[in-house]
Amino acid sequence: MMKLVGLVPILPLIGFLIIGFFGKKMSKGLVGVIGSGVVFAAFAIAVGLFIDIQEHAQKSYTIDFFNWISAGKLSIPFSFLVDPLSSLFLLIITGIGFLIHVYSTAYMHDDEGFSRFFAYLNLFIFFMLLLVLGSNYLIMFVGWEGVGLCSYLLIGFWFKNTAYNNAAKKAFIMNRIGDLGFLLGIILIFVTFGSISYHEVFEQAKSFSSGSPVLTAIALLLFIGAMGKSAQLPLYTWLPDAMAGPTPVSALIHAATMVTAGIYMIARSNILYTLSPDAMAVVSVIGVCTALFAATIGLAQNDIKKVLAYSTVSQLGYMFLALGVGAYTGAVFHVMTHAFFKALLFLGAGSVIHAMSGEQDIRKMGGLKKYIPITQMTFLIGTLAIAGFPGFSGFFSKDEILANAYEHNKVLWFVGILTAGMTTFYMFRLYFLTFKGTFRGTHEQEHHLHESPKAMTIPLIILAVLSLVGGLVGIPAALGGHHFLEEFLKPVFEDSSFRMVHHLSHETEYILMGIAVAVMAIALYFAYKTYVVDKKLPAAEGEELQPIHNLVYKKYLIDELYEFVITKPLNFIGDAFHKVVDNQIVDGIVNGSGYVVNGVSGIIRKVQTGNIGFYVFVMVISIVLILFTQLF
Amino acid sequence: MITLLLIFFPLVAALLLLMVKGEQVKKIAFGAAVIEFIISIAAVAQYQHNADTQFVFNMPWITSLGINFHVGMDGISLLLVLLTTFLVPVIILTSFKKAYSNPTAFYSLILAMQFALIGVFVSLDGFLFYVFWELALIPIYFICLLWGGDDRARITFKFFIYTLAGSLLMLAGLIYLYQHTASHTFDIAELYAAGRTMDVTHQGYVFWLMFMAFAIKMPVFPFHTWQPDTYTTAPTQGTMLLSGIMLKMGTYGVIRWLLPIAPLGVEHWAYFAITLAVIGIVYTSCIAIAQKDFKRLIAYSSIAHVGLIAAGILAGNVQGVQGAMIQMISHGINVVGLFFIVDMLQTRLGTRNIDLMGGIRNLNPQFAVLFLIVLLGSVALPLTNGFIGEFLLINGVYQFNAWLAAFAGLTVILGAVYMLRSYQSIMLGETSVVTATFPPLEGYEKAVLFIICAAIIVFGIYPKPLLDIAEPSVVKLVDGYRTAIGK
Amino acid sequence: MSAIQTIPINWYLLLSAVLFSIGILGVLFRRNAIIIFMSIELMLNAVNLLLVAFSTYLSDSKGQVFVFFIMAVAAAEVAVGLAILMSVYRNSKSTDINILSKLKG
Repeated sequence: MMKLVGLVPILPLIGFLIIGFFGKKMSKGLVGVIGSGVVFAAFAIAVGLFIDIQEHAQKSYTIDFFNWISAGKLSIPFSFLVDPLSSLFLLIITGIGFLIHVYSTAYMHDDEGFSRFFAYLNLFIFFMLLLVLGSNYLIMFVGWEGVGLCSYLLIGFWFKNTAYNNAAKKAFIMNRIGDLGFLLGIILIFVTFGSISYHEVFEQAKSFSSGSPVLTAIALLLFIGAMGKSAQLPLYTWLPDAMAGPTPVSALIHAATMVTAGIYMIARSNILYTLSPDAMAVVSVIGVCTALFAATIGLAQNDIKKVLAYSTVSQLGYMFLALGVGAYTGAVFHVMTHAFFKALLFLGAGSVIHAMSGEQDIRKMGGLKKYIPITQMTFLIGTLAIAGFPGFSGFFSKDEILANAYEHNKVLWFVGILTAGMTTFYMFRLYFLTFKGTFRGTHEQEHHLHESPKAMTIPLIILAVLSLVGGLVGIPAALGGHHFLEEFLKPVFEDSSFRMVHHLSHETEYILMGIAVAVMAIALYFAYKTYVVDKKLPAAEGEELQPIHNLVYKKYLIDELYEFVITKPLNFIGDAFHKVVDNQIVDGIVNGSGYVVNGVSGIIRKVQTGNIGFYVFVMVISIVLILFTQLF
Repeated sequence: MITLLLIFFPLVAALLLLMVKGEQVKKIAFGAAVIEFIISIAAVAQYQHNADTQFVFNMPWITSLGINFHVGMDGISLLLVLLTTFLVPVIILTSFKKAYSNPTAFYSLILAMQFALIGVFVSLDGFLFYVFWELALIPIYFICLLWGGDDRARITFKFFIYTLAGSLLMLAGLIYLYQHTASHTFDIAELYAAGRTMDVTHQGYVFWLMFMAFAIKMPVFPFHTWQPDTYTTAPTQGTMLLSGIMLKMGTYGVIRWLLPIAPLGVEHWAYFAITLAVIGIVYTSCIAIAQKDFKRLIAYSSIAHVGLIAAGILAGNVQGVQGAMIQMISHGINVVGLFFIVDMLQTRLGTRNIDLMGGIRNLNPQFAVLFLIVLLGSVALPLTNGFIGEFLLINGVYQFNAWLAAFAGLTVILGAVYMLRSYQSIMLGETSVVTATFPPLEGYEKAVLFIICAAIIVFGIYPKPLLDIAEPSVVKLVDGYRTAIGK
Repeated sequence: MSAIQTIPINWYLLLSAVLFSIGILGVLFRRNAIIIFMSIELMLNAVNLLLVAFSTYLSDSKGQVFVFFIMAVAAAEVAVGLAILMSVYRNSKSTDINILSKLKG
């Protein structure tokens, strides 16, 4: 099976090439079949790889292809690493990727860029697979920037719209800020260890003492990359804007896969982080702050996709919290469950938008339950999962993170539980406003309301099932379960295990779970009371809001702040450098030296009067003078 | 002998071309350039992958002054010769639909330029190097002067005087070294030896005399002010020759002459010079952001790229110099692509102002894709050729100083800012008045862009052939340098 | 003893100096180019005279050989000079050197 690993990324690449070159001439059906088919084939191989890893004693395979870059002692092979972590991510990427491809065949059916869309999606899958399959940091970086490119192309998919283009550009540039950190991190790894292959780096890192400055520097630089890609404070503002892309893109790239690349990277480099407690602290604090911050913004948004976007930022913060407290398995677990339920929610939102003929404002929805029952059911399951309703997948993964956070630091736990409450509130606010009550849109929209075609609802149902049962792979011991995932990932996190084991008693765990459920119930009750019983609606556009509410609604004016602090000054500096420094000062000196030569010659040339008599006179006088000085 | 053939074939072709009149002159010139490229491929085929200088030809020239016609190629030279022979036919191809007045002179000058450029890259004698160095200036001067745009007389004059002043300092440096050679000769090995006998102060003098010439040619901040004007005013093919190949004379000079001759001087001044280069990277990137004229924008971005190359070389480690070698090739390919795109836009739309454009993607998706690939190469996305060089260069600078590398790395971000901004402004959005009619691509335009895009992707995925050519020579050179400075 | 030696050398020196001075003054103060030419010839001849005198007194013929060279050169110089002067005259209808100020910087 391992011999086939090369095919996993190459299949989507072939799909991209076929659709990219010939897509225009092919029928939409064929494009859809090829686009989805290659991903499914990759998924099938990924399943095989997963089973291989699961069953065999050997847990890690390195497959070399060719020597990519070499310069002096720097040698970077193009090779893949298959181990539990990457095989799990392979499953998530190809599995959910396949479902979203299928969904897109219906969702994008009437778009003139249908084949282009599938080409981009396949290219994205290719780069994402490179990212997780690479056996060294530079291959990861290739995938890392490649998915950034695809994200850019897909956010700006409708390229005639300036706002969308701006969102795409913003996403790319913000990601690049992170990427620079990542790149410097890779270089520092090379300088420190003389290699950038995971095996060699981690092997050597073990001998470093905990808290060594160079490891902290590496960990922080890598984390800057993660901040960009996984939309953490302060580099998160691109993700909500990225909702400009088609909804399947939001589901695949900006919820389920690409944005979790940061978590993958840190989980992959767990040993480096485990050995630098300072970096861990930074990760957990940034994570928890992002979680809280984004959740508060989510409370006041009215665009169905924006709410989900902020929720994604917030959940990503959760995952970083988990990483920061050493709960690597918990973070990966949450990546997985989040991929299920957030993809489900986004695709559900897409189905709603599809039914509403493109409307995204939840103030204009309501009562959709009777029109689109399948969407409603699946959306409800997704909402319950993200809220952490007992038994749903989100419950288990969140519980694991919160338990670890509690053991590590009570404040982190408290903020985490607070965020969980908010999450429940805004998600149910979204659910109630969309599906309950009466329809608030136009008659025309009401007339058009319809359930989505099968190609869209079947992926929804599959994801709903996964959201429901996905948590079963990680039932905590306190509930008498077996943490399959922890065991599976053990080889990857083995070296970090001295920090990971949490020693909470079962009683404490029960209490924590009780608190979490109680908070969820209270938040659910408030949402129900406000939006179902009292039938309150969010304020209409232009209505006067309370100052704090207004500030949250305007997303704390962070975009405006960045505009004011970075974009404007950068333009100003560019202009000033050009017009003043370059044209006046630097070039002024150059031209000035020309003028000086010119001026001096202007003075000296006066001697050349052109009067021959004068020349002769000077000549004679000079001869006489020379004779005098020579003779006397 | 193949070296002689490489040098003199373009000259002979240029002279024979003078006898041809009319339109077929471009086809003959193109044919000659392709033959030259084939000759260089033959040289690559015969090249032994070791650090020795190969294909050597040595003949006394001016014996009383110890000047020899001494030429030959090691990996470093061969790579740059290859770049030259690859780009010149592409550059000629880009002009296939141009109606320049007096095409005979134009194409003869391009081939004469190739003669001088190859001469620069294969010279193994200080005086010969200087002669070729100055010879290269003459054709490009006339190309810019006779076929340039607005205000070309003043701008070309400034360019000429500026670079000439730099060259003069180099000549002074060479003569100074010559005075110190044991047997009064300009031979490269003797000049190396002469330089190394000096103490750090005197090597510092040599460093500055020669570095000024190279820094002006590249150009490195703050010696760059001739460049944006000249690039903008020169005819497209002139700009391509200048940016694609000629500026590599400067970077090549640093590698071939400066590092081995004045290692202590380089080491002493490296901090200062790299800082200048890094300032230049950030500074010109910021300026590029403010540009509306797309050609000028690329001109400024070119300063940023070449600043990184200079910094990588002066860092004096294998990664930096190898990165510089790869980046010279990549930058040459990418910048020719970008200037060709500028030319296509200008001939079609009559303007270079990006604010007036927009929506071309709606009309010509194929062009949009090709443009995007060139752009991605320029912003160094992984799996494009630009990335290999940039990664190695930043790596090299990092080993010199981490903070400088971090600042130099800003090019990753700022490059994305100005390139994506102009791409959006030109290609995306709705069509404007100017872009409402955008004629489809001609066959030769597609050919050029396909060649360039193919090179960008192929060398991004598999740079090994290029790296392998340069590796032995670079390792030897850097080892020599590091031994000399005692590290 | 030749006829030249009947006159003391001092007289030759004096005469030569006088002739030379007249020549210099002529060059300096006259504006007619032809007169200036003549003055230059005068200076040359002053030198020639001296050369011949010394050559005789010292019984060394080298000086006289030298005089022939000078005369040949002077003749050539006059030929070129007059040619220039002719073309100047054709263009400006004058041989006044003060109007020849085209070389003013």
